[in-house]
Amino acid sequence: MTERENILGRIREALKTPAPRPGGHAGQDHDSLTASSPARTAAVHAREWLPPVPETAEGQLALFAAHSADLKTDFRTLPDADAFASALRDLAAQLGWKRVASHNGDLTFRATEGLDLPILRVDAGYDVNEMEDCDAGVTECDALVAQTGSVVLTSRSAGGRALSVLPPHHVVLARLSQLVRDLPAAFALLQAKYSYDYPSFMTFITGPSRTGDIERILVLGAHGPKKLTILCADH
Amino acid sequence: MSEILKLFKAQASKVAGDLRHRSLIQTALGKYETQRDRRKAAFQSWEEARQVAAETKWEAMRSLDEHLVSFVNKLEARGTRVHWASNGVQARDIILGVIRAKKARCVIKSKAMTAEEIHLNEAMEKEGYEVVESDLGEFIVQLRKEAPYHIVFPAMHLTRDEISDLFHRELGSAQTSDPEELTMIARRALRKKYIAADIGITGANFAIAETGMISITENEGNARLTAALPKTMITLLGIEKVLPRMADLALFLPMLATAGAGQPITCYNSLYGGPRRPGEPDGPEEYHVVLLDNRRTELLADAEQRDALHCIRCGACLNVCPIYRNVGGHTYGTTYSGPIGSVITPHLRGLQDWKHLSAASSLCGACTETCPVKINLHHHLLHNRRNAAAQNPNWIEKTAFRVFGTVMNSLALYRVVRAAARCLQPLHGLVKGGPFDPARAWTKTRELAPVAPKTFREQWKERA
Ligand code: SF4
Repeated sequence: MTERENILGRIREALKTPAPRPGGHAGQDHDSLTASSPARTAAVHAREWLPPVPETAEGQLALFAAHSADLKTDFRTLPDADAFASALRDLAAQLGWKRVASHNGDLTFRATEGLDLPILRVDAGYDVNEMEDCDAGVTECDALVAQTGSVVLTSRSAGGRALSVLPPHHVVLARLSQLVRDLPAAFALLQAKYSYDYPSFMTFITGPSRTGDIERILVLGAHGPKKLTILCADH
Repeated sequence: MSEILKLFKAQASKVAGDLRHRSLIQTALGKYETQRDRRKAAFQSWEEARQVAAETKWEAMRSLDEHLVSFVNKLEARGTRVHWASNGVQARDIILGVIRAKKARCVIKSKAMTAEEIHLNEAMEKEGYEVVESDLGEFIVQLRKEAPYHIVFPAMHLTRDEISDLFHRELGSAQTSDPEELTMIARRALRKKYIAADIGITGANFAIAETGMISITENEGNARLTAALPKTMITLLGIEKVLPRMADLALFLPMLATAGAGQPITCYNSLYGGPRRPGEPDGPEEYHVVLLDNRRTELLADAEQRDALHCIRCGACLNVCPIYRNVGGHTYGTTYSGPIGSVITPHLRGLQDWKHLSAASSLCGACTETCPVKINLHHHLLHNRRNAAAQNPNWIEKTAFRVFGTVMNSLALYRVVRAAARCLQPLHGLVKGGPFDPARAWTKTRELAPVAPKTFREQWKERA
């Protein structure tokens, strides 16, 4: 017998004795996943217990901005996608960037082309040491989550796994239409967009990298980016 | 008294009297408590969320076999190698086998309590591999050659000055008392390691049965780098980590962060479904997932305590436990400390050797009340006491209770004993707390309540 069969065998043996549903009474409700079954409740109704989110688009944008301020995310709204290029140029000049890494997305390509800097394009593979040398990684994303101030991105939408975590400054280019209200909506979006073939990596990024491992004092930039900038265009 | 128990008692009395330890823990956990309460209050209903989280884990456990098969099939279909390990030895051999086959030299690790459980680092180091812990807290305790102090905050017991001394000694850095600078020293040291490492090892917070993905929660970005840069990635996880659906994370991610650290959501919550896919610019070429049993199935077989497998390792029960806060994390001598450690260690490592942990509790129930998945922690401590006594009865205790029962059932005997107690109690002062005191275990540190000079009955009669 393989270890797989051994372990599954032990599990099946153990499960012959049912355990009572939590909060229920022993001996009751063992075998029926009834109307209140978590299969429905957790997925669909999480919205009723999680922190509340305003119904209106303006309210959601304001909540995202408020979370960003708490998290020390630099969140800026821009009039349109044409403004990405100048916003990036300003950041580059202000922070003295010497080299930037990015991927060939619709938004990122146009926005980084106008930078008067060497650009490391990661799409066809790259050298890690070169990426380590870059001052910023510029990526797109799949969604922004109003409820938590998170950015959702994947290895397919944002140039792989390292681009958004290795350089010390992560800049996200997003569209306002990508703002979703809450976590259940974000997972539904990932499912709708990718369930035919999921990328190998998907992540929810909430603020710049941080640690509290020394005397529980908050320090930004533990291993990932010290800075997170989200540029969000209206159209 | 067994060696393990002796050590526990000695450590416990030492740490409980250590005022420096007490103030460190109290500052750290005080901050945690305010933040946690604020975050809980932000939920529309924390209590309902707990109930649903508990039911979701219950649902995951009641068809654990089916969930695991689905999880594994999905992973394998996308090119992941899945391994099953019944115990720590097998898991270590599997992982060492992968490292050997890759002719690797340097291994970078992100936080994984399961790796502590099977002593993976020792095994890899013995074979001559360089192993680097990348989580800041873990990195610090690794440099000190210590076990993590807490399952979420591994270096909670150290001050910045101690950490500065440590870095100065081990890494040659300049002394500083600025936590930010200390963090940057570690950041610089570890950057080089990520780039040099051939193997990245991670743990997992959840295993999604529906999509065949593992979910990792972290604040620092070290697990993300561990999963991005090395050519080979290995994830070691216990079989109980299963969640049925990806959408369940919408509830579990904020609950884990709130209960564990008082954060609304942790900085990075990442899902990994396999090695690098065609068209992706990076990621490991090979991905191995090692599923560990290591007596979890024995705990599963105990229907009464099965819910202990629902644990999401948030650490909340440690943070609120008066025993943990007084004796500290290392005193337990276990991988998992605090209330959850006291409950599961007797199952994972032997009831008789670890039954003293069931008594390391005031039974206040703070752990049960705080647990985000509603594990019946303090009752399980009682269950373990009962089981330990049934398996290996203690004749002194048995006799004592039989005598107590006889006395309490007979009015005449009760009166005799009461009269004797009244006469003898004034003499107790002569031996109190000393070697001849029969009640020494109690009176060493506490007072014995005086026997009342008159009973209620006697007073009633007098006043009538
Ligand atoms: S037992 Fe509950 S409170 Fe304790 S670590 Fe596990 S999930 Fe958290």
